[in-house]
Amino acid sequence: MVEALKEIFSAYEGEKGAVIPILQKVQAKLGFLSPEAIGDIASFLDTSSNEIFGVATFYSQFRFTRPGRHTVHVCLGTACHVKGGGTILETVEKEIGVEAGGTTGDYKFSLERVACFGSCALAPVVVIDKDVFGRVTTSKIKETLKNYD
Amino acid sequence: MTFEDIRAAAINEWDSLEKSDQVRIYLGSATCGRAAGAKTISDELEEELQKRNISAVITQVGCIGSCYLEPLVDITKPGKPRISYGNMTPKKMVELVDDYIVNDNPRPDLALGSIGEGSVEGITDFFQTPMLKSQVRIILRNCGFIDPEKINHYIARGGYSGLVRTLTMTPDQVIEELKKSGLRGRGGAGFPTGQKWEFCQRAPGNEKYIICNADEGDPGAFMNRSLLEGDPHSVLEGMVIGSHAIGASQGYIYCRAEYPLAIERLKIATDQMRKYGFLGKNIMGTGHNFEIVIKEGAGAFVCGEETALMASIEGKRGMPRPRPPFPAIAGLWGKPTNINNVETWAAAAVIMQRGWEWYSQFGTEKSKGTKTFALVGKIERTGLIEVPLGMTLRSIIYDIGGGVLDGKEFKAAQTGGPSGGCLPQSNLDSPVDYESLAAAGSIMGSGGMIVMDENTCPVDIARYFISFTQGESCGKCVPCRLGTRQMQKILQRICNGNGEQGDIEKLQKIGETVKTGSLCGLGQTAPNPVLTTIRYFRDDYEAHIHDKKCPSLTCKDLIRFYILPDKCQACLICLRNCPAEAILGGKRMIHVIDQDKCTKCGTCFDVCPKKFDAVVRVTGEKLDVPDEPVPMLAGKA
Repeated sequence: MVEALKEIFSAYEGEKGAVIPILQKVQAKLGFLSPEAIGDIASFLDTSSNEIFGVATFYSQFRFTRPGRHTVHVCLGTACHVKGGGTILETVEKEIGVEAGGTTGDYKFSLERVACFGSCALAPVVVIDKDVFGRVTTSKIKETLKNYD
Repeated sequence: MTFEDIRAAAINEWDSLEKSDQVRIYLGSATCGRAAGAKTISDELEEELQKRNISAVITQVGCIGSCYLEPLVDITKPGKPRISYGNMTPKKMVELVDDYIVNDNPRPDLALGSIGEGSVEGITDFFQTPMLKSQVRIILRNCGFIDPEKINHYIARGGYSGLVRTLTMTPDQVIEELKKSGLRGRGGAGFPTGQKWEFCQRAPGNEKYIICNADEGDPGAFMNRSLLEGDPHSVLEGMVIGSHAIGASQGYIYCRAEYPLAIERLKIATDQMRKYGFLGKNIMGTGHNFEIVIKEGAGAFVCGEETALMASIEGKRGMPRPRPPFPAIAGLWGKPTNINNVETWAAAAVIMQRGWEWYSQFGTEKSKGTKTFALVGKIERTGLIEVPLGMTLRSIIYDIGGGVLDGKEFKAAQTGGPSGGCLPQSNLDSPVDYESLAAAGSIMGSGGMIVMDENTCPVDIARYFISFTQGESCGKCVPCRLGTRQMQKILQRICNGNGEQGDIEKLQKIGETVKTGSLCGLGQTAPNPVLTTIRYFRDDYEAHIHDKKCPSLTCKDLIRFYILPDKCQACLICLRNCPAEAILGGKRMIHVIDQDKCTKCGTCFDVCPKKFDAVVRVTGEKLDVPDEPVPMLAGKA
């Protein structure tokens, strides 16, 4: 068993409906859900890995491959769409050289599209790690990306 | 400690803040304020105060809803009303510290308005400014005023008095009060809340659950986030009231993971409630037990649907199931469950605080009370607003929202997100209430209202929403899973200029099938954006299909950008900004767009100085411009 997971599991001993919180905590700890981690979760919950995969793949939050050091989330909510979020996404894709859902070869950036951050008044919005950038333009986002290494 | 003691202490704390002889500074620090740069303002402020050795009370408050003015800072000097300043920059902050805090010049040129008693020369009452004047702020009464992390602020402004009153009443009396208030579900469907509570209360069984649906998944909506970030206790008080009325001992808040600040504030708030005995065992000595667990969603829009949400809490794939049995009979873990939206719970709290007579004076005969809306898109004053139900769409968009951005023509307002529809110009004077919106083919929804102008393409919007629902369909019902996919493909080809004769009819036919053949709300409403845009904007569809034109100049495959040689001043601005490096030219060389490289992003159109106005956007035609950069004519600038 991945040592780091024991502590996470201990908090959920005997709790019903704990699969999703456990998956969230494990992903926060490891960065993604490796097949080994899924196996450990399954044995802790006394079920099969398939069951756990079934739940995890249903939700867009869960990743099964190693992410980059920084995750760029481009919002494509309605307000962002109307104000050019699609163009922002294209610009970022071009700039870092991967499509949405991908990770750069050097593991610097992962790129994700998000349905809505709820900061619609500041559309278009980009979130890099935990920093929210509002009223983004194609030239602004290119500059912003340069600040990350 | 009795509630009276708690309240007295809270009022004392609030008053000492309000009547403090120190300068008080309130920083808007909800997610939108932070995104607009509230943090840098706050750092700058603290540094400046320290430099000048000024002590001030700094309070982080939620959002007052004027998102277009973020970041917002309010300053109160002893004996003066609170003055609001918007669009703050670090530079303006320094100026205000010097001019107002040190020297007593309130800088009316920078001020938005004053709040509270008294007036300041040259500054209007903030609540008399156009955006706030016609609003009725009941649910949002505390947002932007109190520190959401201080339970005493909430109590001082009347909070938890509704719970105290509830606990002196029988569950039946509480439900009766809710029924009389006329409150209907604010999640969108509008089912009478009192009746819903009654179903669950009467259901057999000792173990019952209540759930707060905070899985605000509609793209373009942020009412629930704002309320949870700005006044979490109002929602929590409503839940404890509901637990008493329904007889539930366990509650869940299902909040989407994209709202980390809301989750953090809920956790702080529930801890404070436990300390005061408003939550946990033997609540306020009445013997009533109730606990709340906060569950984080994991990114699935369908989990906003009640049966899917409950499956997700149980740790399963969030797939809806057929009803009946309704959740009131067999919900979470198979037990009777009552589920309400964030705003509904907050409304229940205020109804119990102020009584049903007071609440029901707002709104229309069938739609009582107020509703919050996230007013966004192509509108001058974006933000979170609250209005009495029944106000006309025109008043909301023009009086409160200040009209369409840049004075353009109003095309439509989209309500209800991916489940709703578009309201065209002809609906501007209809009241916004449950029945009128349904009659227009849309729904109230949870409160997203996205304004579209002449440059928003209804076909593209329909494609956008159907792509969204297609991606979020859980796949259980075939019509939803496959139907939305086919609709998306057809809309995609229409937008690409490959639409075929008969596509509109096909969309309508598939749309009707998806509506009737799906189990849950997602599938039943997914075709709405397509069907309403066909109903109101059929001409746009036909222009795309037959003329290969996008009248709104939005669909990228149907438009081209050109630089007009007689207007271009060879200023290099567009050339430098083009992200695709598709602009050719140089000093004193007229610029030209390489149509093969152009990604139609519109950057050149946006950055070309207004006085030159040299970039144009056309659909369905080719302009005769040079292929290569040519020297500017002699004699031109």
